[in-house]
Amino acid sequence: MSIRVFVPRDTTALALGADAVANRLAREAAARGHSITLVRNGSRGLAWLEPLVEVETPIGRFAYGPVAPNDVTTLLASGLLEGSVAHPLALGLTEEIGYLARQQRLTFARIGITDPLSIEDYRAHTGFYGLEAALQREPQDIVEEVKASGLRGRGGAAFPTGIKWQTVLDTPADQKYIVCNADEGDSGTFADRLVMECDPYMLIEGMAIAGLAVKATQGYIYLRSEYPLAKEILDEAIARAEQAGYLGDNLCGSGRAFHLEVRLGAGAYICGEETSLLESLEGKRGLVRFKPPLPAIEGLFGRPTVVNNVLSLAAVPFILAEGAEAYATHGMGRSRGTLALQLAGNVKRGGLVELAFGTTLRTLMEEFGGGTLSGKPLRAVQVGGPLGAYLPESQWDLPLDYEAFAAESAVLGHGGVVMFDESVDMAEQARFSMEFCKVESCGKCTPCRIGSTRGVEVIDRIRANQNREANLALLHDLCETMVDGSLCAMGGMTPFPVQSALKHFPDDFQRAANGDRS
Amino acid sequence: MNESREWSSQSIQAEINALKHKPGALLPILHALQDRFGFIPSDAVPLIAESLQQTRAEVHGVISFYHHFRTTPPGRHVVQICRAEACQAVGARQLEAHAKARLGIDYHQTTSDREITLEAVYCLGNCACGPSIRVDDSVRGRVTPEAFDALTDELQTRPLEVMG
Repeated sequence: MSIRVFVPRDTTALALGADAVANRLAREAAARGHSITLVRNGSRGLAWLEPLVEVETPIGRFAYGPVAPNDVTTLLASGLLEGSVAHPLALGLTEEIGYLARQQRLTFARIGITDPLSIEDYRAHTGFYGLEAALQREPQDIVEEVKASGLRGRGGAAFPTGIKWQTVLDTPADQKYIVCNADEGDSGTFADRLVMECDPYMLIEGMAIAGLAVKATQGYIYLRSEYPLAKEILDEAIARAEQAGYLGDNLCGSGRAFHLEVRLGAGAYICGEETSLLESLEGKRGLVRFKPPLPAIEGLFGRPTVVNNVLSLAAVPFILAEGAEAYATHGMGRSRGTLALQLAGNVKRGGLVELAFGTTLRTLMEEFGGGTLSGKPLRAVQVGGPLGAYLPESQWDLPLDYEAFAAESAVLGHGGVVMFDESVDMAEQARFSMEFCKVESCGKCTPCRIGSTRGVEVIDRIRANQNREANLALLHDLCETMVDGSLCAMGGMTPFPVQSALKHFPDDFQRAANGDRS
Repeated sequence: MNESREWSSQSIQAEINALKHKPGALLPILHALQDRFGFIPSDAVPLIAESLQQTRAEVHGVISFYHHFRTTPPGRHVVQICRAEACQAVGARQLEAHAKARLGIDYHQTTSDREITLEAVYCLGNCACGPSIRVDDSVRGRVTPEAFDALTDELQTRPLEVMG
């Protein structure tokens, strides 16, 4: 019988040479007279082990990684196809790898296990159970279930998903829309990408359920153009789901309709802001809209629209299949369920870590991350993307919880955790935050458009030691103006990383002046 | 340059006609044009404006708003270097400086042999394994300066044409 060998096909695995590994495996196994079936699965999210090759055996899947093409010969010689653990790259049973075993995977339960495009695989792992359950229920019932789960928007704003859905359900209209925000622009985040590349039917199912809940028949996935592979996989998955009756005019023979289309962004970070995204979907410049009206009442093309992040929608099939209670038992306080954390930057063991809310940042960075990649001491960590604060060691014992972070002027955002070792120059990082805002501001409001340009200039003057005290006062003042006066989070939160760098790492702003630019 | 990348008013109009019925058709049209021709020819602006019943200023405004759209032809390959924080934490600033020096160009420029156009990008979603770059549609991770040199050598070397 043919042995099943798995080589992932997500962006990270491919970026590290997975295709070459797969080709080499096929060729060398054939040369040795072995019959193998090569499955291009999704990633398990253990990025530092990619490409992670797995072999199916009667007692489970054995893992090997990170595998380079040149390792294939010795791996096969040492018994890879029998699940041997003799090779230095052998990791034992995949499910027993500590990094994976210690997680609480609800949303990411399937990733890496299945072939992302196989509907049979998806169904065999409880796929479409949520949709089938939703088809038996009234819209209001579905909304109640999501409310009871305590799910809050995973894009960063943490608004209760069920309440947003209720507003859309309660607003009468001839057409409503479900829009998935897949403009995952935050540096240090890749959980949305993993969902789309490794388990696309989960997102499709979540959106179809959202459509049933609010009586919307059309959905759009607004995907960033930086993710070409996700586009390819989603387009194919949508075509197959239509063919299998999970999308289209007649969902599972119920007579109810839901259509779905992927639309590409075009390299604008601001289009991750929901109203800017809607403008972009309408074919316009991505200028942020004033709120109210809320998108739930007047959204895409002026119609009631649910705008949810990929992870929010991806959590929905579990909630419908297993019940709100099963989801809500995880977490702490008002943060229910699990959070997809992404360990990135200068980290030894980077990857996806799905945990119930409440774990501390330190546990995450040390026990999962294993410290820095460089081996130098960890100095700062930016949580929640380019608009998130830089946290010094004194804040690493914060529990990962929306409210606990907010109390420290920090944000969990989309769960990105970017680690920096001691070589980081925090004044340079602060300057970059302003520079990024300058590049990406939509230009509608003055504090963001002009403030970011002035912010770069003032930080340059401080670093050059010109009128230091006066310029520091000016920078504080500018940050306050941006926080209080900006129309959206772009200008309103850009000061968070800047202020946190000033507060916790003041010496770095002094370094240039002292001529100490090591 | 590839033959199929030559544009004409007819080929532009054909791309527009295939998509103009869609709600919010402008971005899909611009993507289709850039995918086919490598950039958005200036002659496309009045054709799009006419087809979508918008002003030329509106169309131009959209093209210029988005970093992805270009109005001049790129080199044979587009290389994007991630400038965002997660890559900065593992040496993206050094890689960026190295790449510019190696190619002798800055961002938004093309090498004199027309092989490589260099662009900045803010996150490719490969944040656990940076520094990351994108070469056309493929992402590469853990890119050291040496790996960058090997890659650009490969991109800039074309096989000699075989006679006959």
